[in-house]
Amino acid sequence: MDDKTKIRQLIQENVSKKKNTTDKIMPRFFLLMAFVSVAATFGIVATLITDAAKFFSQVPISEVFSTKLAPLNANPSFGILPLITGTIMTTVIAMLVAVPIGLTAAIFLSQFASDKMRKILKPIMEVLAGIPTIVYGFFAYSFVTPMLMKIIPSLGAKNALSPGIVMGIMIIPLVASLSEDAMNSVPDIMREGALGLGSTKLEVTFKVVIPAAISGIMASIVLAVSRAIGETMIVTIASGSSKAFTLDITQSMQTMTAYIVEFTSGDAASGTTGYYSLYAVGLLLFVFTMGINLIAQHISKKYREEY
Amino acid sequence: MNQETNYARKDSRMMMKDINQKLPDFKVNSERIARRVKLNNFLKHVFSMSTLFAIIVLAVLLYRIGADSLGWLNLGFLSRNLSIFPEKAGIYGAIIGSVYLMLIVIPVTTILGVSTAIYLEEYAAKGKVQDFIKINISNLASVPSVIFGLLGLTVFGRILNLGSSILAGGLTMSLLVLPIVVVASQEAIRAVPGFLREASYAMGADKWTTVRKVVLPVALPGILTGSILAMSRAIGETAPLVVLGIPTLILKIPSTIMDDFTALPIQIYYWTLDTVLTPEYANLAAATIVVLLVVLFVMNSAAIIIRNKFQKRF
Repeated sequence: MDDKTKIRQLIQENVSKKKNTTDKIMPRFFLLMAFVSVAATFGIVATLITDAAKFFSQVPISEVFSTKLAPLNANPSFGILPLITGTIMTTVIAMLVAVPIGLTAAIFLSQFASDKMRKILKPIMEVLAGIPTIVYGFFAYSFVTPMLMKIIPSLGAKNALSPGIVMGIMIIPLVASLSEDAMNSVPDIMREGALGLGSTKLEVTFKVVIPAAISGIMASIVLAVSRAIGETMIVTIASGSSKAFTLDITQSMQTMTAYIVEFTSGDAASGTTGYYSLYAVGLLLFVFTMGINLIAQHISKKYREEY
Repeated sequence: MNQETNYARKDSRMMMKDINQKLPDFKVNSERIARRVKLNNFLKHVFSMSTLFAIIVLAVLLYRIGADSLGWLNLGFLSRNLSIFPEKAGIYGAIIGSVYLMLIVIPVTTILGVSTAIYLEEYAAKGKVQDFIKINISNLASVPSVIFGLLGLTVFGRILNLGSSILAGGLTMSLLVLPIVVVASQEAIRAVPGFLREASYAMGADKWTTVRKVVLPVALPGILTGSILAMSRAIGETAPLVVLGIPTLILKIPSTIMDDFTALPIQIYYWTLDTVLTPEYANLAAATIVVLLVVLFVMNSAAIIIRNKFQKRF
């Protein structure tokens, strides 16, 4: 045996001695922890599906897709359509507020504002994004609704309009910051090229930057929709609990999320059909938001322009 | 700013006249250009309005809540317990409840979240397992908070029989903010430059020693910032706790983690709902909101200070 192999052997021995047990155990511990995190997702899916299955075995599917929702009646009825129209109403109102304001704010921040302005404006947007939704709920109910009542006298104390608007305000920072990120990632070289050809900043924005950033902008809007569908406290507080099948935004109505909250705060005894209906609504909500998020991921991947 | 664009407009007009004189066949439509510049300036102001709108809303919101809480927010309010009489009501129990909640959320999310991040960044081979965990974490982040309440109600409340105790609420909340901690920790760990790890290996350290003594200390400010932001999300979140079925009026101050409890956002919720019957509850809700916002402000400031002061750049 020559010296070289001897030394190599010595090093080998040393290495295997040094590799103590913690170094071997830690990766397994971390993997275990990672799987616990993953288990949460499966826990959600499993709980929703098991209890929703009990609901669907007790209620005929034709009743589920009816317009009559009266879970607490002596002869209860579980039509989900009122909840869906309620959710669509508030989501549409929220989008009508959040998308135009959020996008134009993003355009202003990324294309027109000076660095100094941006340094002041962006933290303010972040503050707006960090306010808990319960605070927005209080704001909608105790300030926006009374204010709107002066403009629309027929407005109910609980309605779809006020929470929709406030939800939109809550989502503005989300749309603005995600779209701004998308616009900022458009390379300066393209902007400068267009400016050099004599375009105004506005033309650069609409003919160069927005087309280049469209995937990110679309994804931000889609994520905003998912956020609006899943938003709970604002609608629970400010839109009441009427289960009528209506498209009247001035009157009380209920969204899917608000139904879950109303029903769990005491009304539903475990094991009843009403209790299982929570999970059916939860499952539907989960499928909606998950589907929308997958669409957002797909959009931002498929339509991304690489520079 | 405005003046600058005015000069630019004048300059371009003079330039156009120049071109028109020298090259009579080449017509520059100066009116059209002026129109384009005008539109640019006009829309710039329109766009700035929407940013302004957000600021105005924030100001109105803060002003309204401040005004409503005036005269109600005092030391007595902070140190008294709940009561059905508005003048006698306080939020001491809710503050204690929120503190207990954090005492569960902090260790659980730190252990689970940081471990997951370390695994994903340091140990996982690029491949299916890593992708699978990553997709799951990002999906978890997009699930509405009310669904976490249903999960907590079933798994912690019913199956593990924890009811609506602090433990059940804390575990539910931990799962809700877990993705925030994971993503923030991942980013912090990823930002640790490779040469530090290589130097550590070159000195003969094994992987765990490198992670423990090199990677984690350098990534710590980023991890802390992410964790604090996650806590501030957890402290203001309401829906999962309401779904767990926390009773409206809890007069007992919780002493163990198995006790029923109330928290600041829950109190805001119940008081806001009951303003129809007792208008003064709106003032109590506003005062509680002020307390909650101050707590959030302190937490977020701490996160920003840690980020700016201790984060090393390489």
